[in-house]
Amino acid sequence: MQRLLQLPANAVSMVKTAQGQEEARSPVLTPDNGQPAWYNAVPPEESRHIRPGGEQEEPGSSEDAQMQPLRHDDLKEMLDSNKDSLKLEAMKRIVAMIARGKNASDLFPAVVKNVACKNIEVSPPRPSRYRDISQTDPNQLIRASALRVLSSIRVTIIVPIMMLAIKEAASDMSPYVRKTAAHAIPKLYSLDPDQKDQLIEVIEKLLADKTTLVAGSVVMAFEEVCPERIDLIHKNYRKLCNLLIDVEEWGQVVIINMLTRYARTQFLNPNANESLLEEGGEKTFYGSDEEEGKEDKVEAAALVVKRKPYVMDPDHRLLLRNTKPLLQSRNAAVVMAVAQLYFHLAPKAEVGVIAKALVRLMRSHSEVQYVVLQNVATMTIKRRGMFEPYLKSFYIRSTDPTQIKVLKLEVLTNLANETNISTILREFQTYIKSMDKDFVAATIQAIGRCATNIGEVRDTCLNGLVQLLSNRDELVVAESVVVIKKLLQMQPEKHSDIIKHMAKLTDNIQVPMARASILWLIGEYCEHVPKIAPDVLRKMAKSFTNEEDIVKLQILNLAAKLYLTNSKQTKLLTQYVLNLAKYDQNYDIRDRARFIRQLIVPTDKSGALSKYAKKLFLALKPAPVLESPFKDRDHFQLGSLSHLLNAKAGGYQELPDWPESAPDPSVRNVEVPEWTKCSSREKRKEKKVEKPFYSDSEGESGPTESADSDSDTGSGSGSGSDSGSEDSGSESGSEESEGESDSEKDEKDKRKMKKWRIYVSFCVALLLKCSFPSPQAASPTCGPLKTYELLHRITGEGLAVTYCFSRRPFTGDPHMVSVQIQFTNNTEVEARSLRVLEPKLQSGMRIAEFPEIDVLPPGEISTVVMGIDFCDSTQAANFQLCTHTKKFFVTIQPPVGELMMPIFMTENEFKKEQGQLMGMNEITEKLTLGEGCRGDHVIIQRVISTANLSRVPCGSAMECRFAGKTVTSGSLVLVTVVTKEERAAQVTVNCEKMLIGTMLVKDILQALSQ
Amino acid sequence: MIHSLFLVSTAGHIFLEKHWKSVISRSVCDYLFEAQGKASAPENVPPVIATPHHYLISVYRDRIFFVAVIQTEVPPLFVIEFLHRVAETFQDYFGECSEASIKDNVVIVYELLEEMLDNGFPLATEANILKEMIKPPTILRSVVNTITGGRELRSVFAWSVAQGSGSSNVGGTLPTGQLSNIPWRRTGVKYTNNEAYFDVVEEIDAILDKSGTVVFAEIQGVIDACVKLSGMPDLTLSFVNPRLLDDVSFHPCVRFKRWEAERVLSFIPPDGNFRLMSYHVNAQNLVAIPVYVKQNVSFFETGSSGRLDITVGPKQTMGKTIEDVVITVHMPKVVLNANLTTNQGTSTYDPVTKVLVWDIGKLNQQKVPNLKGSLSLQSGAPRPDENPTLNIDLRIQQLAISGLKVNRLNMFGEKYKPFKGVKYVTKAGKFQVRT
Repeated sequence: MQRLLQLPANAVSMVKTAQGQEEARSPVLTPDNGQPAWYNAVPPEESRHIRPGGEQEEPGSSEDAQMQPLRHDDLKEMLDSNKDSLKLEAMKRIVAMIARGKNASDLFPAVVKNVACKNIEVSPPRPSRYRDISQTDPNQLIRASALRVLSSIRVTIIVPIMMLAIKEAASDMSPYVRKTAAHAIPKLYSLDPDQKDQLIEVIEKLLADKTTLVAGSVVMAFEEVCPERIDLIHKNYRKLCNLLIDVEEWGQVVIINMLTRYARTQFLNPNANESLLEEGGEKTFYGSDEEEGKEDKVEAAALVVKRKPYVMDPDHRLLLRNTKPLLQSRNAAVVMAVAQLYFHLAPKAEVGVIAKALVRLMRSHSEVQYVVLQNVATMTIKRRGMFEPYLKSFYIRSTDPTQIKVLKLEVLTNLANETNISTILREFQTYIKSMDKDFVAATIQAIGRCATNIGEVRDTCLNGLVQLLSNRDELVVAESVVVIKKLLQMQPEKHSDIIKHMAKLTDNIQVPMARASILWLIGEYCEHVPKIAPDVLRKMAKSFTNEEDIVKLQILNLAAKLYLTNSKQTKLLTQYVLNLAKYDQNYDIRDRARFIRQLIVPTDKSGALSKYAKKLFLALKPAPVLESPFKDRDHFQLGSLSHLLNAKAGGYQELPDWPESAPDPSVRNVEVPEWTKCSSREKRKEKKVEKPFYSDSEGESGPTESADSDSDTGSGSGSGSDSGSEDSGSESGSEESEGESDSEKDEKDKRKMKKWRIYVSFCVALLLKCSFPSPQAASPTCGPLKTYELLHRITGEGLAVTYCFSRRPFTGDPHMVSVQIQFTNNTEVEARSLRVLEPKLQSGMRIAEFPEIDVLPPGEISTVVMGIDFCDSTQAANFQLCTHTKKFFVTIQPPVGELMMPIFMTENEFKKEQGQLMGMNEITEKLTLGEGCRGDHVIIQRVISTANLSRVPCGSAMECRFAGKTVTSGSLVLVTVVTKEERAAQVTVNCEKMLIGTMLVKDILQALSQ
Repeated sequence: MIHSLFLVSTAGHIFLEKHWKSVISRSVCDYLFEAQGKASAPENVPPVIATPHHYLISVYRDRIFFVAVIQTEVPPLFVIEFLHRVAETFQDYFGECSEASIKDNVVIVYELLEEMLDNGFPLATEANILKEMIKPPTILRSVVNTITGGRELRSVFAWSVAQGSGSSNVGGTLPTGQLSNIPWRRTGVKYTNNEAYFDVVEEIDAILDKSGTVVFAEIQGVIDACVKLSGMPDLTLSFVNPRLLDDVSFHPCVRFKRWEAERVLSFIPPDGNFRLMSYHVNAQNLVAIPVYVKQNVSFFETGSSGRLDITVGPKQTMGKTIEDVVITVHMPKVVLNANLTTNQGTSTYDPVTKVLVWDIGKLNQQKVPNLKGSLSLQSGAPRPDENPTLNIDLRIQQLAISGLKVNRLNMFGEKYKPFKGVKYVTKAGKFQVRT
């Protein structure tokens, strides 16, 4: 088992040592020109392997392709050399190559060979290995990272192995491993979407998990795999709401977004009554038919009356209440998530709380500002009131990036109303002087919108814009013309002087859009400027051929309109223009010319339409409505990418509409398990209130369903991978090779594929493993194991048998203690068929025998693992050990400390549990610490070597706490060691099983007083 | 979620790529380059770019674009916040976040990225956990160690908190912090000198108009902490006048309920440097503007020239000295050169970027700094319409302009007596004077 980990450990310790020595001089990536720094690191005689830095090619240069093979030969040579430093250098350079996006797939075999050379039994693409580690290693972190490595290998043939590993990990004892399992789910799903149904089962199981560590990850998996299965959330809804505040920040974002969708399907619209009234109101306002409007209103009112007075579902309230504190998060994504939740779900009166938090985000990085402003812009259209107090926070600074300026302008425009318009316009005036012309153009547009929305200031705005017509910058003038045109359309009769002024501009202004706008205006209101209009047409006819297409079209338009109103003066001009247009290069213009000629010039053939030409051209046109581009964007969930782009992004989940009537709220009811003391929801709420911002309680950390794991493991060991017992006995690599032909075949296939991906995943594995240099240092629980003698060499007639408690969960049955048995054959002949026979056991005790050892050659050692269920007692297990010739009676008696397994607990949980195990269940002893027993480090080590417990992190240096549970019944075992002055100490054991408690205290006392 | 990450220098050189799912060709960055070409400055590149098959979400920091490639719906802020966290981690590890430092430490960078994201979903982003797994680079540490003797180093470099001999960049212990529900704190922290420093930094954001009247002003503050305490200390920080604080956001370690109930900050701190809280001071309180500025920038209709006259003086300073006063002016494009004289500090005009910088230094009561002279404009070009805004930078030591005061800091859970320190600084944030 430990040797398994040697691969990464070795491979990496190679990397490590060299980094230690050479880091100072050997950056991996060298500047594109100049001597690479690593050159110095390599002794001179080896430097021939390394190409001088001057030749290093520019990334992406054309010679890249030619150089590649040569370069790789170099690296291969380095990898094949027997100097570790060279190999290392090669590895580092390969990582650097990957970083620069070079394809290094042809190096894959060389790397694998290298890794495999010293540790034949472990080569990277051996998924079954990782599966075993992920199931059997005593250290949760190693189990978790094994699963991570396994799930990062993207090869479809390992899907079944991955599936099993995930299932297994999902019921692991450690929440961290379960979290990793949740992370692995989307990976497997993307590898093989057919596994969806099975994965949903796992997700369902993990959703029931009560730890904060798992919640975020499993909801993420839920969103990736089955976001439509909203029914899976019901039972977990309240738990998720309550855990939310303690979940890590990234998880919070995912959960909040998911709960927003959930709430939309399960609760009623809190604003339903208001929106109905509003709708009715709007209809009367805009409706052309008064009667209809009135009816609508009556109807709406009737509906409101009919509807029961709205009462918010307590679960809906729970969600709102529990998300609110997160507005204070430092993470902008969390704040935004809560803000969108409130916007979509909260009653109108409560939405206001988010404004302050969103305004705060405006202080953040400009990218954050950009996204927040986009969302604020959408919100201000619907709920203008809530941002009004923060108007000044949206004032624009000259140093803001352009896109921020434009968005702030949008918000300011949306916020404008009768009371604040004068301040806003004054602000706009300063913006017009800005150096950023795009921004000035946007400001002019904004002024136009303010003017259309607020009648009182229309004239002021118009005057201001007219003044801008004399601006030196053509873009500013052009934009003003376009906006003025729109404004004039609303009340042209008053403003003939402005039209005249604009007519004069045609001499100077060159921007096509502005010219077109002026021409359109003159044509449309030619009756207001009867003298100027024909003159403008004359000038335009002169320059017709040089104009842009949109201007040409408007010239035709103007000509047609003038022809219809003032044909006496313009007949010839119009003919001329039409003739020019007839031969224009652009077919749109030719078309238009033909069409207009047919319509307006009366000929014999001209149809009935020409009678209506005047009506067609000079119909009263509705004034344009200047709308915010953010109008109606709120049908996208706010804060989403789709909202930002105003287009559906892949994988976007629509925000459902509120249901007409509320679905059954009882689906969220959960039977409260016994261990939870609060029985009613009311009580739980109270508890929530008392909870600090981060509670130290992690919830129950036990596996959610242990029944599942049995069957899983069973099928797991049947699927061709080496079983747990074999694995832990793998002191010698040779015996492994036989049982592993299957996975070797797999390996060959994989090698054939030689996919780049494998390589990448290997590097992932490697890098990952870098974090865990040695399993020894890794697991504090796994100190040197005490070995007991089962059969002495002499009594066993040359066969010596020892055993130890490996402290690993027994793979077959979680209620069994795994006992590692080591056989040594000291005779000259083979020992055959070593097996267990006729166990004599106390009632209730069970033994899982080890697989029979067929042959043990002389001088060899073999190790097997068997499981014994001791029924939480220190009674010995008696059985016979048989060889092909002899039988030996043997006895295994467990020390009490081996009858338990460690569990992870926080200090608060520990104290809570301890509080429930007082009185008779508590045993306290005073003692004097032994001579060598100084410092908590030694105490921890001694206690852990005495009993299979895990340390509970705690704040005080004077106290050490340990937690575990008995293997069979799962009763908690809590140990506290308090040190005092003068080597005095006190040991307290809390355990439901008093016998175990008493014995454990004795053992610990003995260990500590040595 | 996040599919790939590209790091791109402003020159358009992709110097690092990392893929969490499958490899996406670096040509996807062409869309970024296209947007960059359109934008006048790197800051103006839109943070979200939609391409036919992917979406690029980028942040621009320290002259590097961090470009995340995503394929499906994900909250953009989620990605942006994460990218900033990556940049901060690099900063924390390498002392600076630059192309050179990232290239120098590519192995560590890769390890970090691998731990920070799992299959595109954030896994370990807390600096304390990462440092437990991946040691910060050793060169700097060893160099600095030899120069400074090691002790001072702790207060200088954030990354030095990692203990151990540090012969490798891989931590020798398992990242048990990942398992706890206070993931921001390492276990087993030990210091010989236990100390906790809190910097209350306030920034004045203000816009003054031409006549010097305040258009908009507010105070934003942060409390940055540097906590080096052994064990698992539980700290409580209280203020004399917590009512000043209008809007707050906290590091996850702060217990929100206690803040709600008692207006005290109660927390188990992360180890090392972190931002404890940021706050906004109640808008009703009138903001004291510490300086006054009189300026006159004008361009003449004829003769292609202009005049500039700026005077700065202390206003409401609460008896403290204003230091490090710098005035920056972005001139219109037509300003070719400036011929200016000043009675204090130095002024430089960069004709390429059109930025005038007047570095004044300390403001004292007796002498009022003044900068005046003429501006020469491009001949023939029309007189610019716009007037440049003045950006003012300043610093006042030992003063929180809002009047916020820390009352006391208590520690529970540990026996030793820590050294505690609180420092106040006021700075100008986005402080602009329009002309």
